[in-house]
Amino acid sequence: MRPTDFARRILYWLSVAIGLVLAIVPLPEWLSPVRPDLALLAVMYWILTSPRIAGLGYAWLAGLFLDVLRGMTLGQHALGFVLVAFLTHRAQLRMRMFPILHQAGAVMLLLAVYHFVIFWTDGLTGHGYTGWNRWLPVLSGALLWPLIVAAGDTLTRRSR
Amino acid sequence: MVELSHDSRPIIGRGPPLGATFLTLALASVALMVADKRYNQLEQVREWLSGAAYPVQAAVDLPFRASDWITDSFADRSRLREENLELTARLRLANLQLQRFAALEDENRRLRDMRENSAGVADRVLVASIMNVDLDPFRHRVLVDKGGRDGVFKGQAVLDAEGIFGQVAQVHAETAEVILISDAEHAIPVQSNRSGLRTIAVGTGDSARLSLPFVTVESDLKAGDLLISTGIGGVFPRGYPVAEVTRVDRTAAATFALVDARPTAHLDRDREVLLVWFTPPVAATEPAADATPPAEAPPPVAEPTAEQPQ
Repeated sequence: MRPTDFARRILYWLSVAIGLVLAIVPLPEWLSPVRPDLALLAVMYWILTSPRIAGLGYAWLAGLFLDVLRGMTLGQHALGFVLVAFLTHRAQLRMRMFPILHQAGAVMLLLAVYHFVIFWTDGLTGHGYTGWNRWLPVLSGALLWPLIVAAGDTLTRRSR
Repeated sequence: MVELSHDSRPIIGRGPPLGATFLTLALASVALMVADKRYNQLEQVREWLSGAAYPVQAAVDLPFRASDWITDSFADRSRLREENLELTARLRLANLQLQRFAALEDENRRLRDMRENSAGVADRVLVASIMNVDLDPFRHRVLVDKGGRDGVFKGQAVLDAEGIFGQVAQVHAETAEVILISDAEHAIPVQSNRSGLRTIAVGTGDSARLSLPFVTVESDLKAGDLLISTGIGGVFPRGYPVAEVTRVDRTAAATFALVDARPTAHLDRDREVLLVWFTPPVAATEPAADATPPAEAPPPVAEPTAEQPQ
């Protein structure tokens, strides 16, 4: 392991931690359903840029921590995170070649998968909320993707 | 033909294939969910994990608390004076009412003692602050800053100054998760203060509205009626205001009337709530056990787990 790998790992966990904190920061009522899943977006970005360091275990732990923070059924977000991480890993070689808008579209699909998993497990455990606005984070996450990529690229260019 | 591998992990020291890792972790999540939800086996694990989550939640809460503190400590004199005057006026009014209530309460207690049933009145309260942490926009749950260390227990009643707020759904070491009476999964047995009609008020997911689905068309209930807690089920103390009926819609063809009520507690504005300890009603004099529906005046459809968040 190169010495920079360790710094990278710290960076990855730090960005996820920031995403997790932002997942529970109180927002005004009207903004709260739109809140993008920043922790998941961070995980996806790191899997795309350096799949050799950011693996499935990393994604799973991040999801589990989100479950604990939000007081959800344990394993619910963990399952969503690990599924998205797996799909991203598989599509990683192709997704890296996509132009940014195309990539945002792919991210939107993956976010839809994630929210479907949450929606589905919610239904199974008896918390079914079926309003249309629970799908808003899919849209806001995809719209935010170019920004995440820009921020991440700037960050890694400096530490490289 | 050369096939490019999808697997982009290091070639040396790869560990198990990607698919296998995925399957293992996915199965682990499913097992966690089943153990947590179906068998409630993870209380200990959850408590341990939430100990790790507490610093994050406290860190999120801190800036809001600090800004409250700053506005409080630098409040200008005229505002404080105004607030003081208003509070004095309210205190005077409250004291006036209290004089009357003290006598009434004594009388009530005497009468109940005669019936050997003074239970169901709050004995001890603990003030808890609601932490500035968003749990889920679609569930009405809040985190309060008192937990197992302060003796909080699962199923404990939570009140505010104006009425019943909710009950404790999950206890951690430093914090507790409270489910509001307006959560779509919550139901509370209530009684009309005017007519004595008993029914169940169910949350709707809207903090300004409860729904009373089991009121028949002929029942004596009208807009403006105050609904108070009955104490049946043993979770909530009896006689505290829950909601005020806002709408009763009777269609001749239907069996049940459409009844809405507005919670008296300030569910969406509270910063502080009260955790309540009280002696639960005695089983001999009241049909109090959670599992059995109330015997004397059951709602048309008695839910066996009416007061338990699922």
